[in-house]
Amino acid sequence: MSDIVEKTLTALPGLFLQNQSVGGPAGVKTSFSSRLGGLVRGITALTSKHEEEKLIQQELSNLKATVSAPTTTLRMMKECMVRLIYCEMLGYDASFGYIHAIKLAQQGNLLEKRVGYLAVSLFLHENHELLLLLVNTVVKDLQSTNLVEVCMALTIVSQIFPREMIPAVLPLIEDKLQHSKEIIRRKAVLALYKFHLIAPNQVQHIHIKFRKALCDRDVGVMAASLHIYFRMIKENSSGYKDLTGSFVTILKQVVGGKLPVDFNYHSVPAPWIQIQLLRILGLLGKDDQRTSELMYDVLDESLRRAELNHNVTYAILFECVHTVYSIYPKSELLEKAAKCIGKFVLSPKINLKYLGLKALTYVIQQDPTLALQHQMTIIECLDHPDPIIKRETLELLYRITNAQNITVIVQKMLEYLHQSKEEYIIVNLVGKIADILVLNTVDTYAPDNAWFIQTMNAVFSVGGDVMHPDIPNNFMRLLAEGFDDETEDQQLRLYAVQSYLTLLDVENVFYPQKFLQVMSWVLGEYYYLLDKDTPEEVLTKLYKLLMNDSVSSETKAWLIAAVTKLTSQAHSSNIVERLIQEFTISLDTCMRQHAFELKHLRENVELMKSLLPVDKSCEDMVVDASLSFLDGFVAEELSQGAAPYKPHHQRQEEKLSQEKVLNFEPYGLSFSSSGFTGRQSPAGISLGSDISGNSAETGMKETNSLKLEGIKKLWGKEGYLPKKEGKTGDETEALPVPQESIIMENVDQAVTKKDQCQVLTQSKEEKEKQLLASSLFVGLGSESTINLLGKADTVSHKFRRKPKVKETKSGETTSAHSMTCSYFSSSSNATYEDDYYLDALQDRGDKELNKFSLNSELLDSESLTELPSVEKLSNCKLSSSPSLFTDNNMEGFHPSQSTAPSVAPETSLASSLLEETSEHMHSELVEVCHNETISVSSYKIWKDDCLFIVWSVSNKSGLELKSANLEIAPAENFKVRQ
Amino acid sequence: MIQAILVFNNHGKPRLVRFYQQEIQQQIVRETFHLVLKRDDNICNFLEGGSLIGGSDYKLIYRHYATLYFVFCVDSSESELGILDLIQVFVETLDKCFENVCELDLIFHMDKVHYILQEVVMGGMVLETNMNEIVAQIEAQNRLEKSEVTPRWA
Repeated sequence: MSDIVEKTLTALPGLFLQNQSVGGPAGVKTSFSSRLGGLVRGITALTSKHEEEKLIQQELSNLKATVSAPTTTLRMMKECMVRLIYCEMLGYDASFGYIHAIKLAQQGNLLEKRVGYLAVSLFLHENHELLLLLVNTVVKDLQSTNLVEVCMALTIVSQIFPREMIPAVLPLIEDKLQHSKEIIRRKAVLALYKFHLIAPNQVQHIHIKFRKALCDRDVGVMAASLHIYFRMIKENSSGYKDLTGSFVTILKQVVGGKLPVDFNYHSVPAPWIQIQLLRILGLLGKDDQRTSELMYDVLDESLRRAELNHNVTYAILFECVHTVYSIYPKSELLEKAAKCIGKFVLSPKINLKYLGLKALTYVIQQDPTLALQHQMTIIECLDHPDPIIKRETLELLYRITNAQNITVIVQKMLEYLHQSKEEYIIVNLVGKIADILVLNTVDTYAPDNAWFIQTMNAVFSVGGDVMHPDIPNNFMRLLAEGFDDETEDQQLRLYAVQSYLTLLDVENVFYPQKFLQVMSWVLGEYYYLLDKDTPEEVLTKLYKLLMNDSVSSETKAWLIAAVTKLTSQAHSSNIVERLIQEFTISLDTCMRQHAFELKHLRENVELMKSLLPVDKSCEDMVVDASLSFLDGFVAEELSQGAAPYKPHHQRQEEKLSQEKVLNFEPYGLSFSSSGFTGRQSPAGISLGSDISGNSAETGMKETNSLKLEGIKKLWGKEGYLPKKEGKTGDETEALPVPQESIIMENVDQAVTKKDQCQVLTQSKEEKEKQLLASSLFVGLGSESTINLLGKADTVSHKFRRKPKVKETKSGETTSAHSMTCSYFSSSSNATYEDDYYLDALQDRGDKELNKFSLNSELLDSESLTELPSVEKLSNCKLSSSPSLFTDNNMEGFHPSQSTAPSVAPETSLASSLLEETSEHMHSELVEVCHNETISVSSYKIWKDDCLFIVWSVSNKSGLELKSANLEIAPAENFKVRQ
Repeated sequence: MIQAILVFNNHGKPRLVRFYQQEIQQQIVRETFHLVLKRDDNICNFLEGGSLIGGSDYKLIYRHYATLYFVFCVDSSESELGILDLIQVFVETLDKCFENVCELDLIFHMDKVHYILQEVVMGGMVLETNMNEIVAQIEAQNRLEKSEVTPRWA
């Protein structure tokens, strides 16, 4: 710190001198420029915010007088502008100077103009009305022969320009693309990019010129055009596939060091250009094998060339990894990229660790084994002092949550939640926990009722007031609708009621309003489950809350609704009477209304019971919406001369027709957002015919909002959605096979590692971490060795919400079922269905039996010859599924597969994975039950925002089956009958 | 795309504020100060802005030099490490232009700092990362200032 002070002190005299020298001989100017210094010094000397305010207000009023005085020269104005910018930066309003900034840009000489433009770009925003006054100046400067003026005009255009006025300057800027100076070309490209951002329809016709810019001999111009291409490819990648070759070539040149040395940064050739190119390639190669193949070489080279000597090489590496995992996968590249991720994650540099976690989060769905490799690092990051790292780690864990690790992960999240103060983090995290728990999905991993309710209690108490309103709503709906099992549901509700009663017993604890609302709803609905004679106890508690001033009136409405429900179950209650007395005179009209309703309902117990039935919250009540029971009354009133009822709109119309004096409706805006009205601009520059030629397209492109069509959905609720489009079998196969071997190796490694660990004496801490790791990463990758059937599966299926899933997804699931069933009835051993064809189905129960291959008809003779090798491989339960459907380019992977140890040789599971599974995150195939002839297995697929449970039934006997019935019984998960 | 560039000192006094999509928003400036100031030097240089600027797609990337914090607010289309080095380029350029830049240079020559920034980032897009080129542009402008005539390269 002292050296800084010293530096500041030594710099001071020089600065003042400099100020004066800049001021030059002109006395006026000196006084003005030192005034900024004076102002700054004045502010620095002040001790309180209040004094600063006073000083600046005074300064501003001085400035106001100066700028509006007719005697003020432009040179003085320039100094005033700088001071105004300073005041504005400190947060004071200097709007009186805006018009003068525009004037300065218009009238000043080069230097004054520069200040004027700067002030305008800092003061105004895109839609500011004064900006229109600037258009003429910009047009004039763009036509100037002075390069500095042109540069300034291009800069201001790219910073801030009214959208309607684009046509006025567009032809001028287009011309600049051919300018001889590269700086002008570069700025022109960026200005056009800005236009593309704010009004894409207006620059459509110059896309061809962007291509020219891409091929510009100046690297800077090319780099500028990459901004545009990145944007356009992000919006519509299919339209630019033909440019892939060019981008690859450029990247090759850059990586190869063909650019001028000037572009090297710490001896890395043009890192920013490399980053941009890699991102573009990632977008282009997504789900496109042909395009991806073009870039494998250059990506490989980038990975190889990036020697880790500087921060910026890591930036390139990170982009490389990202691209490798975005494009159509290639196993060698994936392997290398995975190694790179290791470098990031294991780096002692915290920034790199952060990015490593980010990369892991990104790739985790494609390759969960990576998380296993780095599990210890991830555990360490969980306790990292930096909250950002911690949060990123939780994000990662959130992606790998499954039935076995849910308690640990949620516990970690809650710990973090309790520590965080920032609202944004709380909202985010609460949403995630709720998401994991149950509320946004159909299936939950929650192990038991108590845990579930307690976790939700924690979530509500911390995030209650900021959380998304869907969370409490979904929670209540979940309680109301229940899961598969009615007794289980009752237990859950009962537990919730008990837990809330205990919570309300605690004195002097303040719960968030949302939580109180949930409590009052649950107590109102399900208190009867406690089987108490009278709800006196709970009524007392609710009454206490109602009398509490800190409870909001919205919550009070919930509370009194609960009281009303409980009253219908009670016969008489002093508390209810007291409550009615209190609130019928309440100042809150809403509460008074509720109290009166309650009072009247109490007088008619029968009505009250039919109005508030017990445990019927999910059922619709029959209501006579036409109010037909009033017909008699209405007829009687009408006959006595009452005026007939007029609906609201009719009354409104009549009222309007009576008062047709002044029209307060605004006239249509003179400038519509359409680009074509812009042609009526004061500049009066007419557009080339090529613009009007595009009129058909303008309608579509009119809106400036984000265009989502054509952009692939990358992130869903569960995170990254890999390869949604890939529907063909061969496309999806390349990935799982190499992973397979990794999993196997990994399992082995893990086992040996554990052995070693046990031999070695370890510190206790280390062991705790190991324990944590094993609880966190259970069910990832190594799942094939764990028998899920025993514990996890039953747990994970406990809370399945049956009715909804089946309804919404019945189309797909039943088709899957019917397909499997049709297999039984047909004596042929192959079935084909358009959408769902089974990848492979093999019967390995009896070695003598023929193999059934569902798609043997689909496979050509060539792949049939591969079957023997498949037979060998299918020892391994997992690999049996994808390997049958191989095509030629997959052959290379077979050797590595066959060397993999057979994990479950005894398994007689006839496994059939739907083709879709390889595209989405899915769980392992788990055999649910089997006998000699039939085996039933299930697995889960996470897709977009839903979860499919796919049941596959396979025949092991080779006999023809007449029919198959599936019955879902509450006691067990599923039963199969013949 | 870069959304905003903020420079402030250890006490949270703004030294340079530049928004690219909107006018200066003091609320954002203040909140950013608070977020960044309370972070230690030995933790990572990235921060998620959250509801601050435009939602979770945006993040703050900052560097701390002696008395000054340089904060860039960017969206997801920018590379984090790339921006980190861009800040370095910007600061090194300032250092070249002011010869041993210190906080006072930024205060008293606020306009010049803006001009230098304009050569690095234009309208939220990275214009130039080549330090020599940036300095050349600034020098050309300085010559203009001294002579107040058309510059040599014009």
